Amino acid sequence: MSEPILQLSGVHTNIAQYQVLHGVDLTVPRGGVTMLLGRNGAGKTTTLRTIMGLWRARAGEVLFDGDPIQRLAPPQIARRGIGFVPEDMGIFADLTVEENLILGAVSGPIRQDRLDWVFDAFPALATFWKMPAGNLSGGQKQMLAIARAVIEERGLYLIDEPSKGLAPAIIATMAKALKDLKTAGATILMVEQNFSLARALGDHAAVMDEGRIVWTGAMADLAGDSALQESLMGLKVETA
Amino acid sequence: MTMTTTTPSLAPKHAPKLVRPSLAQRLEPWAPVLLIPALILVGWLSISSPTSWLTLTVSGLAMGMMIFVIASGMTLVFGLMDVINFGHGAFVSFGAFVGVSALLMMSAWTGAPSVALNLLAVLAAILAAMAVTGAMGFAFERVIVRPVYGSHLKQILVTMGGLIVAEQLIFVIWGGEEIFIGRPETLKGSFVIFGATLEKYRVLAVAVGLVLFLGMRAVLRGTRLGLIVRAGVENREMVQVLGYRINRVFIMVFVAGSALAGLGGVMWALYQEMITAHMGMEIMILVFIVVIIGGLGSVEGCFIGALLVGLTQNYVAFLEPKLALISNIALMVVILMWRPQGMMPVIKAK
Repeated sequence: MSEPILQLSGVHTNIAQYQVLHGVDLTVPRGGVTMLLGRNGAGKTTTLRTIMGLWRARAGEVLFDGDPIQRLAPPQIARRGIGFVPEDMGIFADLTVEENLILGAVSGPIRQDRLDWVFDAFPALATFWKMPAGNLSGGQKQMLAIARAVIEERGLYLIDEPSKGLAPAIIATMAKALKDLKTAGATILMVEQNFSLARALGDHAAVMDEGRIVWTGAMADLAGDSALQESLMGLKVETA
Repeated sequence: MTMTTTTPSLAPKHAPKLVRPSLAQRLEPWAPVLLIPALILVGWLSISSPTSWLTLTVSGLAMGMMIFVIASGMTLVFGLMDVINFGHGAFVSFGAFVGVSALLMMSAWTGAPSVALNLLAVLAAILAAMAVTGAMGFAFERVIVRPVYGSHLKQILVTMGGLIVAEQLIFVIWGGEEIFIGRPETLKGSFVIFGATLEKYRVLAVAVGLVLFLGMRAVLRGTRLGLIVRAGVENREMVQVLGYRINRVFIMVFVAGSALAGLGGVMWALYQEMITAHMGMEIMILVFIVVIIGGLGSVEGCFIGALLVGLTQNYVAFLEPKLALISNIALMVVILMWRPQGMMPVIKAK
């Protein structure tokens, strides 16, 4: 197997006086979707924010494409090729859909083929192209947040709980888009509480608890073992 | 960071379903703009002599432009970046003193009966003033403002201190006396149009105001830099994780706002033909009123607000001189009762 795109080793992060990450070791292989799972408060969002440089790791190392990035500022990390969709989506409400996407394309004008792909995956964005993003529905905002990250090709996409607060039909649209992205060769590290979405999208899985990675393996192994799920996450998945 | 203009032809293939909004819905965003002709009409109805009305209207608009030039920097610093910088008033004074000193040095150009040489001298004075106040803004941001982003009370206290220091610096450099400055030769006197008199200098003020307004609008609405600023005001962190160094951009905005204070200072100095160390602080109240009624962060709102203030002040001073003192505050009260966030806020109250 080729060199992993992202590798965290012994990452400790604290938010003010609270230590949240207690030595995270995580490997994200190139290509495919890695699911970061775990209970609320396990440190999943903090892990993503630490990778992005929004919270500085106090100890440990974050390697992206083989280079340490834990000392870089967020804009530098982003420019190395990491796209980030935060938990609160981070939509610029006063800017139009178009302007949000223009900002997403950091290295120049938007490429037409990427835009066609986005419109194809999320037709609503085309419909409301000139509308302030604040007027979009919750689902459309999430589409826009994802579109803004993928409008430019990046080595790794970090997506934090994209299904949060969305209706099942919209989650299905989003899942299809992310699957397309994966098929096109993208690498995604995704935090998700919706286990059926995680099962549908994930190739690899890492489970966190109390600021550490407690289990890693293939998503299929985790999905097929309900006892393991329950012991790791306190989850009881209905077999429907 | 690329600074290319950003209006690509990205017309979507999916045609949106369009509904024709009602007349009231369509007029609503334009309501503030319509206030200007409405106010001019009120002036027409209440002033019996047409030539007086015309003179007052033209000079009111010119004064409004003048106020806009001074307030434009504050729109960036207070309106967009949400920094209450009382030092801004000192930058206006500093700009005036630097500009006037430059003009006094160029007396050969200002005294010559040539429009080109006179304008060149004014331009040179403006550039000198903007360079100095821009540099002061840079230092101010680094030393005084950076630790207090996000805290209005601390900003008021610490920039008030900065204001005092800057004003005292003026005393140290230029002494405590006011300085009288004549306008350049060809900018003296007035035109008479349809019986109304219009000072020549005010025409220049209108031109500068218009160019500034259109320029600021073009940068904020039409360039990637403007997009980054507008997005950064809303969500700093998100702009950073997209890959933009927002801190650098914001320093640039602060420096630009401070440089505009210098421009306003020079224009105001020539308008009043006299400068004092406190002149900037004195105009600051008017500037705050204009920025607040315009709506925080809105160049358009600031522009309309400035014109409304200029017109109101001229009309009221003619009709009922005693009321002139409160006319601006009254205007602010009326507008904030109508739109509590100002006429066209870019930044919604947090």
